[in-house]
Amino acid sequence: MVEILPNIIFSLILIFALGFFVKNIQRLIKVIKMGKPINRTDNPSKRLSNLVRIALGQSKMVTKPISGFLHVIVYVGFIIINIELLEILIDGVTGSHRFFSKYFNPFFYDFLIASFEILALLVLISVIIFWTRRNIMKIKRFLSAEMKGWPKFDADNILYFEVVLMLLFLSMNATDLILQDRGFEGYYKAGSFPVSSFLVPIFDSFDTSTVYLYERIFWWLHILGILFFLNYLYYSKHLHILLAFPNTYYSNLEEKGKFGVLESVKNEVMLMFYPERASNENNQVEKFGASDVLDLNWVQLMNAYSCTECGRCTSECPANQTGKKLSPRKIMMDTRDRLEKVSLNISKNKGEFIDDGDRLLDNYISKEELWACTSCNACVEVCPINIDPLSIIMDMRQYLIMEESSAHPDLNNMMNNIENNGAPWPYNQLDRELWAQETQ
Amino acid sequence: MKVPILSDLKSKGESPEYLFWVGCAGSFDDRSKKVTKAFVKILNKANVSYAILGKEESCTGDPAKRAGNEFLFQMKAISNIEILNSYNIKNIITTCPHCFNTIKNEYPELGGNYKVIHHTTFINNLIKENKITIGGGYYKGKKITYHDPCYLGRANGIYEAPREVIDKLDAELVEMKSCKSKSLCCGAGGAQMFKEPEKGDQDINVKRSEEAINTDSEIVAVSCPFCNTMMSDGMTAKQKNMDVLDIAQMIEKAEDL
Ligand code: SF4
Ligand code: SF4
Repeated sequence: MVEILPNIIFSLILIFALGFFVKNIQRLIKVIKMGKPINRTDNPSKRLSNLVRIALGQSKMVTKPISGFLHVIVYVGFIIINIELLEILIDGVTGSHRFFSKYFNPFFYDFLIASFEILALLVLISVIIFWTRRNIMKIKRFLSAEMKGWPKFDADNILYFEVVLMLLFLSMNATDLILQDRGFEGYYKAGSFPVSSFLVPIFDSFDTSTVYLYERIFWWLHILGILFFLNYLYYSKHLHILLAFPNTYYSNLEEKGKFGVLESVKNEVMLMFYPERASNENNQVEKFGASDVLDLNWVQLMNAYSCTECGRCTSECPANQTGKKLSPRKIMMDTRDRLEKVSLNISKNKGEFIDDGDRLLDNYISKEELWACTSCNACVEVCPINIDPLSIIMDMRQYLIMEESSAHPDLNNMMNNIENNGAPWPYNQLDRELWAQETQ
Repeated sequence: MKVPILSDLKSKGESPEYLFWVGCAGSFDDRSKKVTKAFVKILNKANVSYAILGKEESCTGDPAKRAGNEFLFQMKAISNIEILNSYNIKNIITTCPHCFNTIKNEYPELGGNYKVIHHTTFINNLIKENKITIGGGYYKGKKITYHDPCYLGRANGIYEAPREVIDKLDAELVEMKSCKSKSLCCGAGGAQMFKEPEKGDQDINVKRSEEAINTDSEIVAVSCPFCNTMMSDGMTAKQKNMDVLDIAQMIEKAEDL
C-alpha cells in the first residue's frame, strides 16, 4: 500500500490539473461563442492549408529571421518533449521506470532521449536569448506603454518557467543516470544522456539514497511544473499555443481590402430604395457597429484570446510609427481584458450579463486611437497568426458614426459633400466631365 | 480632348467594351486630372473601346465606408449599381485603387458584379499585347522607386503589374526600405485624406517620402491619386524636388503622347 501511495497522489493531482484545465477551456469556448455570428466554414481545404502552413509550419514567423528561428526551436522543443511527457505521466500513474524503454528498440529509445536532451539545451539557449532581447536589448516593440505591468510580467514569467523546467528535466536525467550506473533498484539502464551527463559530477559525490531523493524531487517538480504551466496558459498570452490553430483556420479568406457589408444597414437601405421588396421579418432595429466586446463577432473575440502580444502589428503600423496613440496590439489586448471582465460578470450573474457601466469604447479604446487608423492592413498582413485588429477598429468607427454621430469633425464635411454632390469635396456633380474640356 | 460619354454612345446604339471609372479625385483634383488625361491618351492611342459616365458618375462611397458610415456607403453603392446595371456594364477600369477595391470587392454583395481592372494592370496588358509600344528610351537607366498603394497591394495582392511596366521603361527600379506587402502607407487611406492627422511626432506622408528620398531615385512612381497627393506634399515638406508621377503619366511622357 505504502509503495503505491505516490502513484495515487500523482493520479489525483493529474486528474485535478486536467479537470481544471478542461473547465477553463470550456469557459473559453463559451465566452468566444458569445460573439456575434459570422460564417467562416467555407472552403475547408484552404482553411486547413492555412492552419498547417501558418500555425503548424509557422510560415509567418520566419519573416523576422532571428526571433522567428528561435521561436521555431522553442516550439519544436515544446512539441517533441511532449512525447517524453507522456512517458513521465505513465511512470507517475503506474510507478514504472522509463516505461517506453521496455517496448522500444534500445537504440531508438537512446536516440529519443538524446534528442530530447539536445532540444532541451537548445530551448534553454533560445529562452535565454529571448530574455536578453526583452530585458537588456532595447527592442522597441517590447517597450510600448501597453506592455507595462502584467503583460511584461507574464512574458518574463514564461521564460523563467521554461528555464526552470528545462533545468529540472536535465537534472532529473542526470540523477537517473547515476542511479542507473550504481544499479539502484528499479533503475535499469535505459537512454543516452549527451547533455545531462555533464551535470553528473554535481551529484556524483552524494550517497545513493540522497541521489535517489534528488531524483524524486526533480521528477516531481518537473511534472508539477508542467501541470501548473498547462493551467497558467488560460491567464496568459501563451494561450496562443492552443488558439493559434483555430485562429488561423477561421481567419479571413477574402481579399483584405474587402470590408463586409453590414446586413442590418443593408436591410434598412434596401427598404428605402425598394419599399415594395421589404420583407416583414427582420424588422427589429439592430445596433450598428461595436461599442463593447459583445457587439463583436466570435472570430474577433477568439483573435483577442489568441494574441501573442508580440507587437509585430504595432511596429508595422504607420500611425504608431509616427507617434500616434494607436497600437493594433493594444486594440487586441484591450479587447481581451474587457472580455475577461464581461465573462466574469456573466459567470457571477448566473449566465447573464449585468450592465457594469463599463465598455470597450472610451474606457479601454479611445476615439483618438480609432481615428488614427489609415485602414492600411499592415497589421493584418504581418500578424503571425492572422489576427485582424483592423476589423475591430472599423466596427467601432461604425458605432461612433452611426450610433453616436460623433464623427471626427473634418469627416462630417466629407460625408456631407458625398451625400449632396457625389464627391468628398464641394464640387458639383454636373462638373465631373469638365476636365475633358481643359487643355492641360 | 475626345472622351466618349456613355449616354451619348447609348443614344447612338453603341456599347463600349470598357467603362473608364474616373473617380472623384480623377475628376476634380488638379494633380489627378493630369493622370486622367494621360490615361485617356493611352486609351485613345491603343484604340480601346471605352466610355466614361460623365455627369452620371458619383462617389463610390469608399471614404464614407472607411470612416464608418455604412449607411451613406450603401446608398451611394446602390444608386451607382443601378446606373451601371442600366447600361449593362461588364468591364470597369479605374485609375484609383480605392474605387477599384470598392467596386470589385464590396459592390457584388449589393448587386453589382463587374470585372474591375486597375489602370496599371490594364496598361501592362496593353504593352504585352503590343497595343502600345514604348520607344525612345526616355527613362533609360533612370532610377525610379515605386510606392505601393495599400488598396492595390496588401488589399488586393497586386504588386507586380506596376513594377512590370516600370521594367519595360528600361528604368532601374530601386525598392524602398519597406515595399510590397510590407510597404508603408502614405497616410491617406481609411478616410485620413479628409481630416487632419491625430497628434504624433511626424506625418506619415513625410516618413514615407523620407524612405523614397533614401533610395536616391529621380522619380517616385505612384498609382493612386491619394498617394500622389501625399507623396507630393511630403516632398514639399522635405524641400526635395523629386518627381512624383503616376504610372500613366510616365507612359504618357515616354510615348510622347
Ligand atoms: S490598419 Fe490601422 S491599425 Fe492596422 S497597421 Fe494600418 S493604421 Fe495601424
Ligand atoms: S495581433 Fe498578431 S501581430 Fe499583433 S501582437 Fe497580437 S499576435 Fe502579434
